[in-house]
Amino acid sequence: MKIIKNLGLVIFITGLAIWTASIFMGDFTLQQEQLDSFISEKGIKSELVAQKISDNVVGKKLGTFAFTGAVRDALAQNNDYYDAQIAKYDAAKEWDKKGEQYQYRINDKDFQAFSFSLAKKAGTGFIVENKGLMWFLTFGLGILGALMFIFPNLVLLGKPGIKNDHVYHEAATNRGWIAWLVLVYLVLFYLVLYFNADYVVNWTFILDPISNALNGGDASQWFVYGFLYCVIMVTMAVRMYIKYRHNKYQIVRTTSVLFFQIVFAFLIPEIMASLGKPGYDFKNAFPLDYDFFFEWNLDTLTQSGGLGIFILVWGVVLTLVIVPVMVYFFGKRWYCSWVCGCGGLAETLGDPYRQHSNKSMKAWKLERWLIHSVLVFSLVMTLVTLYCYFTGAEAFLGINSQWIKDTYSFLIGAWFAGVIGTGFYPIFGNRVWCRFGCPLAAYLGFVQRFKSRFRITTNGGQCISCGNCSTYCEQGIDVRAYAQKGENIVRSSCVGCGVCSAVCPRGVLKLENGPEAGRINPTQVLLGNDVDLMDYVNNKEAS
Amino acid sequence: MQEHIVIIGNGISGVTTARHIRKASDKKITIISAETDHFFSRTALMYIYMGHMKYEHTKPYEDYFWKKNRIDLKRAFVDTVDHENKQLLLSGGEKMSYDKLVLAVGSKPNKFGWPGQDLDGVQGLYSKQDLDMLEANAPDKETCKRAVVVGGGLIGIEMVEMLLTRDIPVTFLVRENSFWNGVLPQGESEMINRHIKSHHVDLRLGFNLDSILADDNGKVRAVTIKETGEEIACNVVGLTAGVSPNVAFLKDSGIELGRGIKVNPMLETNIKDIYAIGDCAEQHEGINGRRPIEAVWYTGRMMGETLAQTLTGNPTAYNPGHWFNSAKFMDIEYQTYGWVFSKPKEGNTHFHWMHKDDNKCITIEMQEGTRKFVGINNFGIRLRHELFDRWLTEGRTTDYVLEHLKDANFDPEFYSHYEKDILDAYNAAYGTSLSPKKKSWKRIFA
Repeated sequence: MKIIKNLGLVIFITGLAIWTASIFMGDFTLQQEQLDSFISEKGIKSELVAQKISDNVVGKKLGTFAFTGAVRDALAQNNDYYDAQIAKYDAAKEWDKKGEQYQYRINDKDFQAFSFSLAKKAGTGFIVENKGLMWFLTFGLGILGALMFIFPNLVLLGKPGIKNDHVYHEAATNRGWIAWLVLVYLVLFYLVLYFNADYVVNWTFILDPISNALNGGDASQWFVYGFLYCVIMVTMAVRMYIKYRHNKYQIVRTTSVLFFQIVFAFLIPEIMASLGKPGYDFKNAFPLDYDFFFEWNLDTLTQSGGLGIFILVWGVVLTLVIVPVMVYFFGKRWYCSWVCGCGGLAETLGDPYRQHSNKSMKAWKLERWLIHSVLVFSLVMTLVTLYCYFTGAEAFLGINSQWIKDTYSFLIGAWFAGVIGTGFYPIFGNRVWCRFGCPLAAYLGFVQRFKSRFRITTNGGQCISCGNCSTYCEQGIDVRAYAQKGENIVRSSCVGCGVCSAVCPRGVLKLENGPEAGRINPTQVLLGNDVDLMDYVNNKEAS
Repeated sequence: MQEHIVIIGNGISGVTTARHIRKASDKKITIISAETDHFFSRTALMYIYMGHMKYEHTKPYEDYFWKKNRIDLKRAFVDTVDHENKQLLLSGGEKMSYDKLVLAVGSKPNKFGWPGQDLDGVQGLYSKQDLDMLEANAPDKETCKRAVVVGGGLIGIEMVEMLLTRDIPVTFLVRENSFWNGVLPQGESEMINRHIKSHHVDLRLGFNLDSILADDNGKVRAVTIKETGEEIACNVVGLTAGVSPNVAFLKDSGIELGRGIKVNPMLETNIKDIYAIGDCAEQHEGINGRRPIEAVWYTGRMMGETLAQTLTGNPTAYNPGHWFNSAKFMDIEYQTYGWVFSKPKEGNTHFHWMHKDDNKCITIEMQEGTRKFVGINNFGIRLRHELFDRWLTEGRTTDYVLEHLKDANFDPEFYSHYEKDILDAYNAAYGTSLSPKKKSWKRIFA
């Protein structure tokens, strides 16, 4: 069994290595016709850009970085030229001419997309010619290796039951060198995905066949991300199924997040896109879905007929009615650990790292400041956006609409949710984003804390303060602090993953939905002592 | 000047006392411990060795807590208690005076005079020091080729489980002819026997340790078994034959000792202003059918809560409610509410139900004839403490308890339920025709 496991590890690492190396493989040779068609498709007005690319790129056989570098250089040179023109006319006070120059500049944010699109056309060589083989060598080996690594746990972990043996002995799960290596890899992955997608255009070739089958178009970097996300979740869910095979709550919950990720987040939007409709993730609720009220989305939806209007109404109803009502009945777990994609990745890929969330009082304070700030940020941004959308103004309350959207997308959407949120799993735990950043979680948290039937019940006086619950709480809740006092746990951040209850060796914790009365039960003396003393102390505390 | 309360021992009893004194008063509080700087959860020592947690995780309060609550912590060993001068003599010659003294000094592992019991590699599992020693003695299966654990109780089976996580072969020497059968009824005890064996433990039931043999370096090399004379080669011997109060240092103090420190229900010793709580306290007579010495986590906590009341002007007798407890035998959780004896008490009888997967069972002790509920042992099924506590107070019958068993189920959601199976077995045994009532929040919160 150990041999299969180790062999699996070798195969997995081989797949990962080929996947990483594939970035550097293949050649890019751009044809003049390809460039011309792209320029006209995009309606690019600057002849200089076309000229520069034609001179520096077209007809040449370049590697990934040489190609993307040359394209980006051409764009930069073009902008330098027109910036100089702008400065010139500005100095000459020829305002009309100055104004004309802007249309020839290429927005700096669009460099990667520009370069990506050209690279996608220009790719040749091994990967492009062997997409199926490359899929097998990357995804295939990765999945096969991972499963070979995971399946022997059925035997190696022993009988069903909580098996956290050696979590704090191993470099991968105890913040050792493996954990740091994984962190670096994940952070780099997100930096490339969000900010330099043209570097990984080769990855998209590998998934072109699948993308074509699903939506009729070639794969973008977002298709790669979505597909990879599903593959990782499925594979790591197998690990969850084996690790928690004694615990039906974990099995059902894992199946649920898998279903919502694959069907709602991945398949339905792809199929909608293939039908020429706007791709929409029906479970992704605002404000987690922060660009729902952005102009482009509102325009797309209002121009997409009945379906678009339905999505618009659904999105509003989801956030204002469905989400809070469900939280009232079931707690925020129904979303955060049963439905949400971020939660889904955290509960599968992130499960080995759940013990790293910080349980200190300081971390809790930081959490409350941060998460509520992000909620306010997202709401202000949406307010400004909507005001500007309906009035046509560029700013509201002195805040520029485009600026605040860009800032939020960059800081929160890309850095916080992606680079930090997932990249930092191995060191800071699997719920960094959900705990400190997610504005939807903050909103759900209010409902859960103040108006909900959900609680984690503490079983009388059975707690022995061992601390397993706190250690394995991914949200950094010091569960033991409540349990050892006989108090139920009612915390806004609890996502109801159920692991505290699972790891408790004495059967002290139970997630349940019950009457609101008695849900929060501060006690000073626990069950077990004689009743008069309990009354005495509790009454005294209350008075 | 505020009264100075000195507590010896920073375990659950001493720390609970300190916390509740602080809640109710402004008295000066000092906790003395020789074991660790801060309070940690002794019950979690096993998880550190197994790699589930680090020592840091076993501390229920962050380190700033003590200063914030003005509870002084003193790392020292108390050599003698001089009650005439109300003074403690600490190792190293330092003296500390007190106005009130709380002895919460816990237990130490039992040693029954076995030859070789003090050899290098022979140890109990009680303190942080014991854990560190085990880490040194049995870091892996190369250093420790076999371990022998002596004593069939709760710490013994924990130590077995710990050693197994390092792939160390374990021989488990149990004096009784079935695991913990002085406490557990036969059906349960036998189920645990099978469970232990299924983890590939060399379980030896009905065997006593004869002697522990040393190698040339004074390290343990083997044990011999009394009944057979067999010699079992090993590198570590775990002595887990129970614990007894850690009171040797009080021998000439004038404080009345039995096995533990003798106290009355007010938790007072024979000396004024000296109290004893937790594992080390021995009641003159057991309260409410309990044993005079209760080395259980929650009783230590309850004594601490009670004594803090007395020390802050609300004299309160220790009056524990219905017995309850819990444990975990490898993968099988165990809880108990009320009294279930290994053999039914005079006039009582047992109802036993076991699931065919051999991981779940319950035993109910009840009065013969009236079938009044006396207690329940539940294995592999979690039950709600508050409800059983209430049912015991209300003097419910077993019929009532089983009819309402769904109310008491405390397993995680989606788990299979066994109320109907249990009732079917009960109906067959007692000729009743009960069926389980639907879970009712109203009754649970009544």
